[in-house]
Amino acid sequence: MRYDQARWSEADHYEPLLIEKRSETVEIEDSPLPDDLTREELTMPSPAEPELARHYTRLSQETYGVDSGPVPLGSCTMKYNPSLLEAVAADENAAVHPDRPEESVQGTLEIMATLQDWLGRIGGMDAVTLQPPAGAAGEYTGLLIAKAYHESRGEDRSEVLIPDSAHGTNFASAAMAGFEVVELPSGEDGRVDLDALTAAVGDETAALMLTNPNTLGLFERDIDEIAEIVHDAGGLLYYDGANLNALLGQARPGDMGFDIMHYNVHKTFATPHGGGGPGAGPVGVTADLAPFLPRPHVRESEGEYELYDPERSIGKVHGYQGNWLVLLKAYAYIRRLGDAGLAETSRKAVLNANYLAERIDFEIPYGPFHHEFVASAGDRDAANVAKHMLDRGVHPPTTKWPELVDEALMVEPTEAESKETLELLADAFDAASNADPDTLESSPHRTTARRIDQVEAARSPRLSWRALEDS
Amino acid sequence: MLETIGVEDESELFDVPESIRFEGAFGIDSQDERGTAREIEQVLSRNDETASFLGRGHYAHHVPAVVERLSARSEFLTSYTQYQPEVAQGFLQALFEYQSMLVELTGLDVANSSMYDRATALGEAATLATRVRETSGSRVLVPELLREEQREVLENYAIGAGLDVEAYPSDDGNADLEALTATIDDDVVMVYAENPTVRGTIEEQLAEIGDLADGHDALFCLGSDPVALALLEEPASVGADVVVGDAGALGLGHAYGMSHGLFATRESFLRQVPGRLVGAGTDGSGRRAYTLTLQTREQHIRQERATSNICTNQAWVALRTAIHAAWLGADGLVELAEEAVRAPKALAARVDDIAGIDAPVHDRHHFREFLARTDRPAPAVRDDLRDRGYAVHALDGDHLQLCVTDVNEHATDGLVGALSEVA
Repeated sequence: MRYDQARWSEADHYEPLLIEKRSETVEIEDSPLPDDLTREELTMPSPAEPELARHYTRLSQETYGVDSGPVPLGSCTMKYNPSLLEAVAADENAAVHPDRPEESVQGTLEIMATLQDWLGRIGGMDAVTLQPPAGAAGEYTGLLIAKAYHESRGEDRSEVLIPDSAHGTNFASAAMAGFEVVELPSGEDGRVDLDALTAAVGDETAALMLTNPNTLGLFERDIDEIAEIVHDAGGLLYYDGANLNALLGQARPGDMGFDIMHYNVHKTFATPHGGGGPGAGPVGVTADLAPFLPRPHVRESEGEYELYDPERSIGKVHGYQGNWLVLLKAYAYIRRLGDAGLAETSRKAVLNANYLAERIDFEIPYGPFHHEFVASAGDRDAANVAKHMLDRGVHPPTTKWPELVDEALMVEPTEAESKETLELLADAFDAASNADPDTLESSPHRTTARRIDQVEAARSPRLSWRALEDS
Repeated sequence: MLETIGVEDESELFDVPESIRFEGAFGIDSQDERGTAREIEQVLSRNDETASFLGRGHYAHHVPAVVERLSARSEFLTSYTQYQPEVAQGFLQALFEYQSMLVELTGLDVANSSMYDRATALGEAATLATRVRETSGSRVLVPELLREEQREVLENYAIGAGLDVEAYPSDDGNADLEALTATIDDDVVMVYAENPTVRGTIEEQLAEIGDLADGHDALFCLGSDPVALALLEEPASVGADVVVGDAGALGLGHAYGMSHGLFATRESFLRQVPGRLVGAGTDGSGRRAYTLTLQTREQHIRQERATSNICTNQAWVALRTAIHAAWLGADGLVELAEEAVRAPKALAARVDDIAGIDAPVHDRHHFREFLARTDRPAPAVRDDLRDRGYAVHALDGDHLQLCVTDVNEHATDGLVGALSEVA
């Protein structure tokens, strides 16, 4: 299939900036405030509504989303977002102020209480908070809970263990929470090396953060032993839920010995990624850790729903209750699928990844993998492979990461793609595999913009239209 | 497909030990699309219909229909972080324009493309303060009237950075400059003030607070929102080093506290900024094009040495804020902000005429909201108003707080009538 992305262009730019179309400067005078409390003037773009509509319609056309074609970004779970989710989130009754008293927002609290319960069942966790607004915020929340838990036992544990294949957020969240990061080298099979783990754990171990299946798509088969080693040392086991889509209905983190986990509802539960967010990162914990959850928590009592502060709450991790509209969409997705649909999701996601892997020419060094796999571009530059794939009307995989694989191409097709779309993706991989180095280097051609010089953009940062005028 | 892979059933693809395979049931029933929609509609209908005069940090202004329609374009909605900029120029440009608008509104050089909310942006500001300061310090000063929830979030961000959060006193709603002067020392890394304050009062000594912070090599962090910034003193002109705030006041409306945090700062702190930054560069055809930039600050490259752990953010809400701001234009934004000064003043005067209530409590200029003192206990007045279909804040003892904007102004006659009955 031939692909050309929309492109509105002039000699030196594409769709102009709004400020270049129509700019307006207003002097602040005769305002209801004394002059010394106001600014002097304000300059902003001031398009008429038809201009505004065309501007943003064009910008949308210059943007590639899941509704444009497949986006097999590894560890991002870019599945199709059912339209139903947007429809339910538009309900007028969902548009409530967060300081409304409990008795006047029973509907909102009921949705939240039910979602807490569902997520608990899906993850095998005893209690769930919906407050963290993203996956990384969930990690941070989980680590604050771990810290508070250890402190409640009179222990000051300073280290968090993280495998070298883990998501970058794990390391950053642990550091932000004041822990020292101990990086665990992966074993030759791409999984946690039990000897390395045994050598690393000790009295200072607050937690081990683990993604399972890990970022290579591999299930940590030794999870029972891993849990035992960490628990015997007095540490907690944290589950990074980024790859939960692989296990829905097949296995549960709680049953594997995990004490804390976060869910990425924008991945696993199909809420749209919105060009970078909002998502939501609910956190589930075992009963022992439930008293430490953020406040307030929602619970049901005799048919009514109420907010309460868990006994030893770590306090707040978001100014209010997190990304409510995103949570509402996740509720709709889970209700629509139910038990059978959720289990079918993981089966199909794993089937799709395995089928696509069979169909492409690149080497895949580690297996057996589940919902995602990491191929190696070998002697080709993975970034160039990706740029070439863009010209085939598909979004390329995550590139150059995890570093365990040379020139990594991290692929997660999700359950949403049909066999035909997987063939389209495979063709795009093959085209890149067969292209000569010069062609790869010069790609892409059919996207809105040609190859962008990232180095130059970072060397002389221009981050606003003011900076453009100044340069 | 199974044949190509060489298995008979998908279950063979799962390399999961039998001992931990899940054989149970979640007990979650499936509903068809109509059934799911009906269920949610019915549950949400349990939320009372209320005329809300609530504010205190979460604000709504009328969101024009065009914001709904354009932001719902599915390319925007279903795309993700712009790792491949050539195919994501549209969203990148929208975020670049959002950043640019925040630069205009704050007068600062750099704005990121979103944080989760005001509280987490404030937390990020505190950790930035520790990174950019030449000497170490351990104190962060915040207004005593700061929402407890926001203070707790800040404290949770401060834990890892070894910071203590302390409150400084207020004076008639605003910062007590004398008390602040008495408490500040060289151990302070950041002073936070809000304009407008959580009680809706407009600060009158921002430049003095900025000078005070500067004199102790502390950052001056100012909390605000894009509507207030359109009219009130420009943060850069009063010495603000960082501006945080609730940017969702434009573009989203009430969403049970979901919003997005604005974060703007000086160019000199550029390499320490948390979150995504979109920059302009050049593509292979020589045209201006946009890309995520300075990514070496971020977690996916720098891991535990990153400026923040943030990855997924609130980009789509930032898009909505930008569309809303552009729809208003400079003129419309200033007008909306001026109305946010006039409306509470007018409502306070009417409330003050009611026997048993004095308003406003603070002898200040106000933005969107104000306090009223009640002869009866404020919670009792609030509850009686609730029975009449109005939601207001009751603060400690005898204080109500009322917030009025273009979305509830039409209900003020009713509110005044109800207040007259219950005051």
